[in-house]
Amino acid sequence: MSEMSKTILIKPIFKENPIALQILGVCSALAVTTSLQVTLVMCIALTTVTAFSNLFISMLRNNMPGSIRIIIQMTVIASLVILVDQILKAYAYEISKQLSVFVGLIITNCIVMGRAEAFAMKNPPIPSFLDGIGNGLGYSLVLIIVGTLRELFGAGTLLGFTVLPTVANGGWYQPNGLMLLAPSAFFIIGFFIWILRERNVEQIEKNEFPMSAHTAEKGAH
Amino acid sequence: MEHYLSLFISAVFVENMALMLFLGMCTFLAVSKKVDTAIGLGVAVVVVQAITVPVNNLIFNYLLKDGALAWAGLSDMDLSFLGFLCYIGVIAGIVQILEMFLDKFVPALYNALGIFLPLITVNCAIMGASLFMVERSYTFPESVVYGVGAGVGWALAIVLMAGIREKLKYSDVPQGLRGLGITFITTGLMSLGFMSFSGLTL
Repeated sequence: MSEMSKTILIKPIFKENPIALQILGVCSALAVTTSLQVTLVMCIALTTVTAFSNLFISMLRNNMPGSIRIIIQMTVIASLVILVDQILKAYAYEISKQLSVFVGLIITNCIVMGRAEAFAMKNPPIPSFLDGIGNGLGYSLVLIIVGTLRELFGAGTLLGFTVLPTVANGGWYQPNGLMLLAPSAFFIIGFFIWILRERNVEQIEKNEFPMSAHTAEKGAH
Repeated sequence: MEHYLSLFISAVFVENMALMLFLGMCTFLAVSKKVDTAIGLGVAVVVVQAITVPVNNLIFNYLLKDGALAWAGLSDMDLSFLGFLCYIGVIAGIVQILEMFLDKFVPALYNALGIFLPLITVNCAIMGASLFMVERSYTFPESVVYGVGAGVGWALAIVLMAGIREKLKYSDVPQGLRGLGITFITTGLMSLGFMSFSGLTL
């Protein structure tokens, strides 16, 4: 693989993570992460849709009149999502029930639209495909971290296997029920962003109203 | 009547689109810096929800549902797999029509909402409400109530959030948490507050 395609693939995972930096596609990131299995299925679905929508939109990009491009992009994305949804319903019915409306919401997931508009409209098919996979993986990384934390501490299991035996089953771990509820997802993503920004200092946002420095000693008395 | 009131309350508080179901988060985080703009966007979402959910309900019940095309002599036709494509088309179309209508007849409101209307097409709260409506097989009157309720709930959440963020910008937040990070944690705390509504029925 050439150096260039490697950058396209790797960059969105850490440097320009779609969730943590660009605030794209947060909705589903929070809602489907109560168990790791559902999370993984969602990640695969989203990565597939992003990669292929980028590929097809990039192929069509020279034949698309600018004024109706959004509708064309929507149609391409919606068709791909319908495919994914039908495949899930056929081969993983239980999981598709748990994901409920969130497979359909991939259509309005900003990552897919955002990458189509920002990258696929300007680049040839193969790099666009890689960019789609890269962004899908960046999204997956955050989702898997959140999903692992929530399932491990909320239910003491991972992928359904017991890791921390809970008190209810004769073990020692008292599960933290909050982890399975909505607010914990916000906290985990908030702290994840904090850690990421401590590492990549250039991503820290500017302070609009900085505190003034301490008053000099003689002035204070 | 009670049934509809209960549905409305549950759509606004118990199943708040933004805080309990995480829908419309992208716009929620991006446009909640000022109360004025948040109110504008909130009103736009309520209007669009109140139109799109019932319209999608009619489309689903009379065109897409299994056996819904019986009136056209196609009684064993099941087009429900086309759902996603239709709903998003309806939403995009209605937003566009609403934009043109407001521009022509209510220019004051158009100027107030102008930039937010196109944003609404890709707001997952709108699409989400339509999908929930189909999943829970609401009837037409129920879908009207649910659409308005879901919109009001979302608008309430974004206005509250904007109020908090207007104060928050003066506070001394740890560097890495500044901006997006603290907003997430604040949303988490708000969501914790809204959890006290769970189990509420009328």
